[in-house]
Amino acid sequence: AASAQVQLTVPVAVVFAPGSMPEDLPRPLPFRDVQEMEISVNLRTSITARYEMVYRSTTAQEEAALDAASAREADAALHLLQDTLSGSLTVYVVPEISSLLPQGISIYVGKHRSALVRARGGLAALRTRLQQLTQVMSFTASSIAAALSDRLPDGQLGPDARRHLKSSLGYEITFSLLNPDPKSHAVDWDIEDAVNRYVQPVLDKLSLVANFSVDSQILYYAVLGVTPRFDKESSSFLLSTHSLPHVINPVEARLGSSAASLYPVLNFLLYVPERSHSPLYIQDKDGAPVSTNAFHSPRWGGIMVYNVEAPASPQASLPLHVDVDMVRVMEVFLAQLRLLFGLSREELPAEFLLESPGNEGLADWELDRLLWAHTVENIATVSTTLTSLAQLLDKIGNIVIKDDVASEVYRAVASAQSAMAKLTTGHLHLAFQASKEAVTSSERAFFDPSLLHLLYFPDDQKFAIYIPLFLPMAVPILLSLAKIVREARQHKKEPTKMD
Amino acid sequence: MAAAVPAVCRIRAAAAAAATLLLGCCGAALTSSIQDQAEQFFRSGHTNNWAVLVCTSRFWFNYRHVANTLSVYRSVKRLGIPDSHIVLMLADDMACNPRNPKPATVFSHKNMELNVYGDDVEVDYRSYEVTVENFLRVLTGRIPPSTPRSKRLLSDDRSNILIYMTGHGGNGFLKFQDSEEITNVELADAFEQMWQKRRYNELLFIIDTCQGASMYERFYSPNIMALASSQVGEDSLSHQPDLGIGVHLMDRYTFYVLEFLEEIHPASQTNMNDLFQVCPKSLCVSTPGHRTDLFQRDPQNVLITDFFGSVRKVEITTETISLDHDLAGFASKLPKDELATEPLKYAEQLPVAQIIHQKPKQKDWHPPGGFILGLWALIIMVFFKTYGIKHMKHIF
Repeated sequence: AASAQVQLTVPVAVVFAPGSMPEDLPRPLPFRDVQEMEISVNLRTSITARYEMVYRSTTAQEEAALDAASAREADAALHLLQDTLSGSLTVYVVPEISSLLPQGISIYVGKHRSALVRARGGLAALRTRLQQLTQVMSFTASSIAAALSDRLPDGQLGPDARRHLKSSLGYEITFSLLNPDPKSHAVDWDIEDAVNRYVQPVLDKLSLVANFSVDSQILYYAVLGVTPRFDKESSSFLLSTHSLPHVINPVEARLGSSAASLYPVLNFLLYVPERSHSPLYIQDKDGAPVSTNAFHSPRWGGIMVYNVEAPASPQASLPLHVDVDMVRVMEVFLAQLRLLFGLSREELPAEFLLESPGNEGLADWELDRLLWAHTVENIATVSTTLTSLAQLLDKIGNIVIKDDVASEVYRAVASAQSAMAKLTTGHLHLAFQASKEAVTSSERAFFDPSLLHLLYFPDDQKFAIYIPLFLPMAVPILLSLAKIVREARQHKKEPTKMD
Repeated sequence: MAAAVPAVCRIRAAAAAAATLLLGCCGAALTSSIQDQAEQFFRSGHTNNWAVLVCTSRFWFNYRHVANTLSVYRSVKRLGIPDSHIVLMLADDMACNPRNPKPATVFSHKNMELNVYGDDVEVDYRSYEVTVENFLRVLTGRIPPSTPRSKRLLSDDRSNILIYMTGHGGNGFLKFQDSEEITNVELADAFEQMWQKRRYNELLFIIDTCQGASMYERFYSPNIMALASSQVGEDSLSHQPDLGIGVHLMDRYTFYVLEFLEEIHPASQTNMNDLFQVCPKSLCVSTPGHRTDLFQRDPQNVLITDFFGSVRKVEITTETISLDHDLAGFASKLPKDELATEPLKYAEQLPVAQIIHQKPKQKDWHPPGGFILGLWALIIMVFFKTYGIKHMKHIF
């Protein structure tokens, strides 16, 4: 079959504020331009990234919004003026002398789907900057490769690729408080309030991607698997980096994640060290204590160590009452949640300034990044699932496909084709929904319990069973048949002889 | 049923259309590479570990197979794989067997040194649930939706799975509980189905039966390493009988594998080549075999804990987000519909009212069989012998 092309279309609007237009524009505004880029996935397939750019000048309202005092206010005002579809981007080019962007920053990425770019140099420089920006805000070759990581040869990918959570219909988040020393610390955490205040906004934003369910628990006498080392200079206990992998296992058995749903479980553990091992710090590779005092494990979750201050007077009565500062804890946990999903902000050049998403946890364009990656991953999954189902049918010729399995397959194919069509026209949200339906249907078809190949007997087994049974019976039958035929023939000859 | 064949043809066409949608199957295109020692954190590409431990025998005289499986279960748990990631299939008829002189125990060493049954064994498929069908369903994931989570193998493309099987086997088959068998072709197909759906990253298959090497001959999916206790034509022998219990306690191969595993701890760097050397012919009498041609990495670089333990990859969290903690009570944008909360109550356990007041059940009439039939036949025969056949007309 011909190599398949998937086209990812990103509608980009480039809006020039007065005084920011470069001199060498090819045509008067407004005009359209299309840039295409090939992302080669493997030898036979590549994905085309198509950026449909619309260049225009600002409207009066947008100009008024850009007159704001700071980039953040401008972004907020501009957001009200746009109707941003998932997957689309708007870039506002401001004059070089504009005071909206701070010194040294030439690109500001807002909380929603817009960005401010300082006009510097001619059109070519602008185009390069725009390309970099659109890649950051939508998808890059490496993010697409990471989404398809289980179908690519290992050598092509960096260590990044295996980290992120796979696309799933739902995720289960469990917050656990580990108190190994309840005699010394009576720890109180208002998790319900913290979840409603800080976690729920983030999950509401992510609800576009999947269903989330949250639960929490407190575990007493749950110890870490490693004994921390006492460090005399800082008079604290240290956990070195190479002992961290062994911390998780002894606790995991107690977490009860097997009772939860069939969705992937993300565990966030808050560990309050024992009084005899306080304060406990995590060391990074260079030996310095980690500022967040937390670490995470890809596709599993994160652990944070919460140190309790030693009481002012050594005679304080035990157990000490500890009220956990949930804000500090949630800042770390939500950052870990972002990292587990693959939303990291670290690798950008210095001239970028990214607006913090605040309590929502992630910006709209970061959500779009997730949607792009998950949509591509879903389509790839559907394709390989249905292909392998077809191969199974080829191998076992007499398998019986029930009608509902057949209809699931049709639905999966139709949804996948619709998803690809929507990707081509640039409707990311609809494409994602269609790809989710396609994955659900294809998984239901593939994992239908009736498709067990054990139930279908290969021909040699059928022969092996029936021949010993029927061959001995068949021998006298065949012989008598032969006798009948012989007699009939003789009888036919007889009348002629009689005459 | 009649629509089966045209449905199949149409599905093939539809799936062919789907296949031209995107990527071809890349199963065979994996490159082989020696992992960089410095990239310690991501040496093996797995992020979680699973174990499927199957004992395919039942009855008291197959004590050693249950002890084998339980010993591997203990080692795997000790090295870090939690119960939620272990699927244990046992006939589980040893500990409470009336012939067990020490009830609630299963020993694996002579003189009753080590009770592998312990008090935290979680058997997922027990007794008659250990069938070929259930085993294949666990592997391929084609499980009825009502199956509880503990009975499922919820592995993904980054799971390393250890599959250990023991019991009675022959050339190309393995006997399940004296009533059915699984052939090496079926097993290979099951693994291929797993690979198609990327249900494993790497698979280690260990089998301790007679002629065990025949079971891995037919594998053709990538990333599988297999070990067997004996070659085709050889028997795997058992290790030591215990005079107190009266049966053989373990098989030789598993016994020496366990001695080897006892020295492994979660941080050890022992690799697979050492496991291949376990139990030479002088100790095991049979010749253990292994198969690594389908495996991508060099066995030298594969740690024992990659399969038997569960060492997680971790990263230090260096980013935080800043939360506005003065935000008072966030009003969720999504409407949360209030579910009508009805008082919770127990489901009806026993229909007591029905039981108390029920009438005796009408039993369907069956013609007499067995002894009664023989007795009546004898009586009728004697009657007619005595009085002659002419009385027959009074009956019919």
